[in-house]
Amino acid sequence: MAVLVVADHDRSALRDTTHKTIAAAQAIGGEIDVLVVGSGVQAVAEEAAKIPGVRKVLKAESEALDHAVAEAIAATVLPLAANYDAILSPATTTGKNAFPRIAALLDVMQVSDVIEVIDAKTFVRPIYAGNALETVTTTDAKVVATIRPTTFKAVAAEGGSATIESVDAPAASVTASFVADEVTKSERPELGAAKIVVSGGRAMGSAEEFQRVIEPLADKLGAAVGASRAAVDAGYAPNDYQVGQTGKVVAPALYIAVGISGAIQHLAGMKDSKVIVAINKDADAPIFQIADYGLVQDYKTAVPELMAALEK
Amino acid sequence: MKVLVPVKRVIDYNVKVRVKPDQSGVDLANIKMSMNPFDEIATEEAVRLKEKGIVSEIVVVSIGPQQAQETIRTALAMGADRGIVIVTDERVEPLAVAKLLKAVVEAEQPGLVLMGKQAIDDDNNATGQMLAALLGWPQATFASKLEIAGDVATVTREVDGGLQTLSAKLPAVVTVDLRLNEPRYASLPNIMKAKKKPIEPKTPADYGVDITPRLTVVKVAEPPKRSGGIKVASADELVAKLKTEAGVI
Repeated sequence: MAVLVVADHDRSALRDTTHKTIAAAQAIGGEIDVLVVGSGVQAVAEEAAKIPGVRKVLKAESEALDHAVAEAIAATVLPLAANYDAILSPATTTGKNAFPRIAALLDVMQVSDVIEVIDAKTFVRPIYAGNALETVTTTDAKVVATIRPTTFKAVAAEGGSATIESVDAPAASVTASFVADEVTKSERPELGAAKIVVSGGRAMGSAEEFQRVIEPLADKLGAAVGASRAAVDAGYAPNDYQVGQTGKVVAPALYIAVGISGAIQHLAGMKDSKVIVAINKDADAPIFQIADYGLVQDYKTAVPELMAALEK
Repeated sequence: MKVLVPVKRVIDYNVKVRVKPDQSGVDLANIKMSMNPFDEIATEEAVRLKEKGIVSEIVVVSIGPQQAQETIRTALAMGADRGIVIVTDERVEPLAVAKLLKAVVEAEQPGLVLMGKQAIDDDNNATGQMLAALLGWPQATFASKLEIAGDVATVTREVDGGLQTLSAKLPAVVTVDLRLNEPRYASLPNIMKAKKKPIEPKTPADYGVDITPRLTVVKVAEPPKRSGGIKVASADELVAKLKTEAGVI
């Protein structure tokens, strides 16, 4: 048995989604190799080589791989596939984009968004916006799967000394090509990895109000900022703040939902949080059914009082 | 240019699903079904491209039980021109759907396939990417903006951390995200007109595609329930609870 994990990184460091995907690889069992793609990623490869239990790190360096274009990633992974029984990626937008392409070219049905590894061929994954958990066994010779990082515990970052090998990288993508990136700038922790998340909903009423209310509270707690689909659709917060079935799935230690009613699609993205706090003036809002602590109050009163209470 | 829009009949997004007591699946008997919300957005985008004169014909295809025809009718009422229904009562996985769609693409020769980024029932987010792979076409997934000039599609994609813009040479597969547009409601006259538009019945065997599932569903279970919480009276009490009882701040 051998498992290939495609690393998630920002070109200067690994993201912890990689460590969590390696944890899933360990649950499958066998030798674990890590593939790092992109240009100028020697430091990232060295970081991956230090992870205990990694046999070797494969490095594919090419500018064609810098922007995670699916065609380029698939062209890098496919020649390596014969050596592995399982190929895994974190279920980030990059993994979700490239991995079904890889799976189809290998004539394998992908197992998407795995939350639990039962054995090398059997996996649990959420369906219907997380309202049901499906256990599936693959009959394919090879496993191609994306791993939901929030449900696995990151492996240690130090202690290993794997070798680093270079592998072939495609020179340029012939089909789709990269034009531009527009990255949301933030000093706050990354939404997917944050210990505390403060989310705002439609009740904020405007982008200014969202920034005035939600962001200072998040900063006070050292938290990441999230938003409901309603808040994103209304333009109160950028798209990549969206928590839910179609946005990000988070599972922080503390999730504070401010002015969010708690639609099924939103709950799909946060109901595995350890402690959920809901602040909403509507005592019948569905969010209170899953909140550990509910405060029925207008956020305009509750948030300033909460800020004051945190000062004490 | 011809556009192919695959649509899926799924449980309505507002319905709270129930897992069957024998854990064989979720209970779909007498449940309201609708077009997958992302597919509505794909249909809307195809219709807008037609209104702009970029697209000449919109073909809608659905794979599933006989009732998948109703989903196609909805798309026809929104402005699509004709439908193809591939009828089967089996569970069809994204890989098999992609193979069937590939056969449809080869027969119809569209310049663009526009489809939803994921179905809200199986939440796989795979079919579009798989179809692009099988056809050897470029893919642009999670599109929130689509511009077509000549034989190039410029697509803005929603990715972790922000937005990314790609350009893809047509033919290509584009999967759509929520932000791309606001789907229109079909008007009554258009619903009546849609009844006269043709829907061609097919079966997987017509395309020679083996749809045997590769994944065996062992069981479908309810997620663990959260234990009931408490209501606090004030922000002070909330902070006290978070510090002492929950220990999270």
